[in-house]
Amino acid sequence: MGKIIEVNDLCFRYYEHDPWTIDSVSLFVNEGEWLSIIGHNGSGKSTLAKCLNGLLLPEEGSVKIGGLDTRDELAIWDIRRQVGMVFQNPDNQFVGTTVKDDVAFGMENHGIPRNDMIVRLDEALKLVQMEEYAAEEPHRLSGGQKQRVAIAGIIALSPSIIILDEATSMLDPQGRQEIIETMRYLNKENNITVLSITHDLEEAIYSDRMIVMNQGKVLREGLPSEIFKEAKMLEDIGLDLPFTVKMRQALSKLGVPLSENALLQEELVEELWTLQSKI
Amino acid sequence: MFNIIIGQYVPGQSVIHRLDPRAKLLAVFLFVIIIFLANNWVTYALAIIFTLLGVFLSKVPVRFIYRGLKPIIIIIIFTFILNVLFTKEGELLVSYGWFHIYEGGLIQAVFISMRLLVIIVATTLLTLTTSPIDITDGLEILLGPLKKIKLPVHEFALMMSIALRFIPTLLEETEKVMKAQSARGSDFTSGSLKSRVKAIIPLLVPLFVGAFKRAEELAMAMEARGYRGDVGRTRLRQLIWSLSDTFLMLVTLFLTAALFILRG
Ligand SMILES: Nc1ncnc2c1ncn2[C@@H]1O[C@H](COP(=O)(O)OP(=O)(O)O)[C@@H](O)[C@H]1O
Ligand SMILES: [Mg+2]
Repeated sequence: MGKIIEVNDLCFRYYEHDPWTIDSVSLFVNEGEWLSIIGHNGSGKSTLAKCLNGLLLPEEGSVKIGGLDTRDELAIWDIRRQVGMVFQNPDNQFVGTTVKDDVAFGMENHGIPRNDMIVRLDEALKLVQMEEYAAEEPHRLSGGQKQRVAIAGIIALSPSIIILDEATSMLDPQGRQEIIETMRYLNKENNITVLSITHDLEEAIYSDRMIVMNQGKVLREGLPSEIFKEAKMLEDIGLDLPFTVKMRQALSKLGVPLSENALLQEELVEELWTLQSKI
Repeated sequence: MFNIIIGQYVPGQSVIHRLDPRAKLLAVFLFVIIIFLANNWVTYALAIIFTLLGVFLSKVPVRFIYRGLKPIIIIIIFTFILNVLFTKEGELLVSYGWFHIYEGGLIQAVFISMRLLVIIVATTLLTLTTSPIDITDGLEILLGPLKKIKLPVHEFALMMSIALRFIPTLLEETEKVMKAQSARGSDFTSGSLKSRVKAIIPLLVPLFVGAFKRAEELAMAMEARGYRGDVGRTRLRQLIWSLSDTFLMLVTLFLTAALFILRG
């Protein structure tokens, strides 16, 4: 597996003489991986995300996507085609007057011929299960549906990476579930690398790897099972632990002998009901 | 409120609805100019027949046309009266103190009101039978040559289409803020003018702040999706020029010729 994103000593700030918003961050993302980035509000997650597709350019250090440097002006459009981005507010990224038009927007920008566009459009809408809504106007869609349209618009360009910048934070639980399921499918079946920025730690449990950010720096990097062991560190930087993790802590405190690895609800349940039978 | 802003498009499948927006735009544009050629009964009759034929073929209920006319009717009546009173030509028909009506004045008044009426009906018909986004597309293509002299035609069309897309969103937001302010005791519907204006300010401020935030995020999202202006862009929306569009053009040109020949 190659490294599809490589960030080396990236420093960025919005205004000269300000302290760094992104402070010598180095990280990599493997091809096909699902990486979560967590951190409280203002820790620089969105800023980092915008550095990854060249919306913002590094002041120091470098960002490479599939070997292309974001500071290379000739490569920037290729990079933006490789790296799709779903933003937080479903309304403020919907450009077209209808679902169809919106999905086509990216393809139009990249000059994809119309015939090709129509085929890709259908495929992309099917993938996110929005084909019945092709002619619908955005104000008739739910937040989750709008986000799925946003994903379709990205998929249509056959990207290799999708960045979700708190893409589910404004959705109801059902919408959130739809998006996560769609993304999991794309991650598994289409081998799309997913970089999910979230402050919902429940979501992060399912990722292959996690990065914890704090004040513009990478604080930790590791498997979810390792990260969630450091409950105190997470709480110290203002993050709310997932329910299963809290439950496990509470049970451990009461003296229930539980392992430290199981994070998912099913794993916890499994462990709990087999606990008695072992004794 | 909704109607005024996004036009009064009445979806339908009539011949007029299915015409290419470019053909309709050109026809209406030309018509509004050539109507000034009309100056006698025959030429006005031709122009009126042309307009009525359009209305008839569009199958749009007349009340929609009337709704489009309503705001203008006062102006038409006003012009009519002014012309009756101040044109002193031809035979004197009525005379009562300082009040005189001449034959020429009456005819002039009828002609000018007809001209206004016909112009309004024709343009209303255009917006009634063409969706705003089709009008935008049509305009972008028709004005395309102006790009050569650096007029931002594409940008303008994109701006229009984004405005159209965001109108419902912003209206929803207005409603939300209004409810929120009402819940805090603000009253938009009663009280003196001054107090109503005062109540509007806390409504406008969050709306404006919200709109600016939206604009910034939208610009960011568009850039992330590879938008770089009108460079090497393809389009999904396609306008198709058909035989009936050519026919409309021919009819309009024929009308132009007829007005030239038959005018007095
Ligand atoms: N466009 C901007 N201009 C100036 N400062 C900004 C801008 N966007 C974010 N910031 C600042 O950068 C810091 C990191 O913000 P952000 O990357 O949005 O964090 P996160 O996404 O983790 O909440 C914050 O202190 C924020 O105020
Ligand atoms: Mg953010």
